[in-house]
Amino acid sequence: MQVFNRRLLTWGIAGALVVVSGTALAQGAVAPEYRWLTFSVFAAIIGLTMYVTFLAAKRVKTASDFYTAGGGVSGLQNGWAIAGDYLSAASFLGIAGLISQYGYDGFMYSVGWLVAYITVLLLIAEPCRNIGKYTLPDILAYRNNPRAMRIVGAISVITVSTFYLTAQMVGGGVLVKTLIGIDYEYSVIAVGTLMLAYVLFGGMVATTWVQIIKAVLLVAASLILVMLVWTPYGFSLPAFLQDVVGDPKVQARVASLLGDPAKNMTAAELGQRFLEPGLYFKNPIDQISLGMALVFGTAGLPHILMRFFTVPTAQQARKSVVWAMAIIGGFYVLTLFLGFGAAKHVGPQAIAAVDAGGNMAGPLLAQFLGGGPESMLGNFMLAFVSAVAFATIVAVVAGLVLAAASAIAHDLYVGVYHGGDVVPPQQQVRAARIATVVVGAMAITIGIAAKGQNVAHLVALAFAVAASANFPCVLLTLYWKRCNTGGIVLGMIVGTVVAVGLTLVSPNVTYPKAVREASQKVLDGEVAKRSAIEAALASGDATAMAKAATDAKALDKAVQKARDDMAKVEGRTTSLMGLEKPLFTLKNPGIISIPLGFLAVLLGSLLFRDKRSEEMWPEVYARQNTGILVSKASAH
Amino acid sequence: MANGSNIDWDKVIADPRFQALHRRKQSFLTGLMVFSVVFYFLLPIGAAYFQDLYKTKVWGVVNFGLLFALLQFVVAWGIAIYYSRVANRDFDSAAREIAADYEKKGG
Repeated sequence: MQVFNRRLLTWGIAGALVVVSGTALAQGAVAPEYRWLTFSVFAAIIGLTMYVTFLAAKRVKTASDFYTAGGGVSGLQNGWAIAGDYLSAASFLGIAGLISQYGYDGFMYSVGWLVAYITVLLLIAEPCRNIGKYTLPDILAYRNNPRAMRIVGAISVITVSTFYLTAQMVGGGVLVKTLIGIDYEYSVIAVGTLMLAYVLFGGMVATTWVQIIKAVLLVAASLILVMLVWTPYGFSLPAFLQDVVGDPKVQARVASLLGDPAKNMTAAELGQRFLEPGLYFKNPIDQISLGMALVFGTAGLPHILMRFFTVPTAQQARKSVVWAMAIIGGFYVLTLFLGFGAAKHVGPQAIAAVDAGGNMAGPLLAQFLGGGPESMLGNFMLAFVSAVAFATIVAVVAGLVLAAASAIAHDLYVGVYHGGDVVPPQQQVRAARIATVVVGAMAITIGIAAKGQNVAHLVALAFAVAASANFPCVLLTLYWKRCNTGGIVLGMIVGTVVAVGLTLVSPNVTYPKAVREASQKVLDGEVAKRSAIEAALASGDATAMAKAATDAKALDKAVQKARDDMAKVEGRTTSLMGLEKPLFTLKNPGIISIPLGFLAVLLGSLLFRDKRSEEMWPEVYARQNTGILVSKASAH
Repeated sequence: MANGSNIDWDKVIADPRFQALHRRKQSFLTGLMVFSVVFYFLLPIGAAYFQDLYKTKVWGVVNFGLLFALLQFVVAWGIAIYYSRVANRDFDSAAREIAADYEKKGG
């Protein structure tokens, strides 16, 4: 087995490297002559994480090793691993990008991601450690009907993880393609293969270390960039921001965001507007709905909950959340400087030109600070940040795949199929590895199939389902005496169905009629705009001519996009759900689906009765509060 | 899920020490949780409905909105540290005492 493992591992490393380096190269953010630099940094990080996986593989013998690293992770290590598991590319690149494009609103968005951990800390982490074992359904099954809990729990874990995973795979594929220019499909396969190598051989031990290494690299890279950005201002916040709002690129961005109302504003007012709310979030109810999904959803994310089973005691679980909050919060504060720094140095328009979502803000800032696209150091820094971004995606995907695989192997195979009979450890680990391969293959397939789709809302949907189904179920089973099997089954179904259902009829999906109307409007306006640009070009005024040239480029882009959009919805009049326009006007379902999820658990518990749930209450209640038997359980 | 112990759980939760621990924890956690949720939602609500306040410059170009968002981080960390202090000092010792007692009796 040992030799077999080693051979497979070598194979995996070789395969991943071939995939990363030997593929069709297109244009990326890294110039071709410096691509070797990027690959060297990638190879160094992959080599380090593979070495850790190799060491870890020797330690994975039982199911407990595979799922929870044998419960032997310390609070400090787990804090870094939680940060590594949580700080996905969406927050590393996405939030810095949002700040660089929309200023204040981007920073406000990041706050909810940290506050989420207060819910985890106060309500979820310690009780889960006290009564849980490997997975989220374990917590529910402790009190309620185990078979029913494992089935609904596993379905929910797989649903949430798949939504999250799809967003990560597609985002990762696009990111690697944008950064170094390898084809999308190969990017997805590279991310998937590496992740499989970590999880398959090293289980939770390797996953934990990959997440720790990634979090350390991420924080180090951000700290270096922030030092470079902030030092010239003597570490003064007002002086730094003064320079940001005084920048013509930033002012031009605000003017284009505001449209007509910007005409009466001075340049200083436009710049200051970048530090004020409302450039990105237009609907406060939608934003509160998103905030609810973040603040309550994190506590129901299976891959985050799973991390609390890797520490030995409730005290260590608490310590790990406090560390995680320090790292995650500190990182978001650094992001403030990365985002505003990128807006000032690179410019919102230049960032959006590489990636419309602004995701390249951090990497492009790194390149600028190192000396620009022509310099060696600039390219080295871009390569480093790109490699960290790559490691980020792989580490998050590894956590997600492990969570989904454990639901299949531990809950469905061992728990339901074998009905709780004793299954030998080797067989459990083999089941876990087979499930890992299945989930990994599924992730790669979905990633390739979803090419070109807008999957950004899937992360928000994963949080919404976690907040509406998992969170009420876990919370009430831990804290409410009357909670029982009926309540959990109903809560899981209602929470999931409402969150997904509302999203399907929300503005997140494509409405061909609306797309056609919007595109038509762009095409209709083309002639008038074209003549205005030509008039400006003929005017002889240098500033007007420069502006007209940029406008012409933007117009070409808009017209091309309108044509593409028209072609995409060709022949269709209704959305996926057969609707002409959204039935539900919010993008985030949380404000409706979370209360309904809670209501369903309450009603289900009161309508149905379950003797086991009642009898087990004193034990759950006593154990979650005191940790009785935890020290004993971890001792053997 | 049988754990092979013969601890009388009804007796544990009827224990006055357990009752006292639970009461202290419950009121402390509820208060802290409600405070942090309300405090967090003040940020988006204020950004939507109190724009003039958010736009008020306080420290150079730094406005109230930006300082309030930064304060959210400080408060979140503060809550985490305050909770761990109280839990480490107060709840843990009470929980350990109860756990040791019943594990010895029933294990």
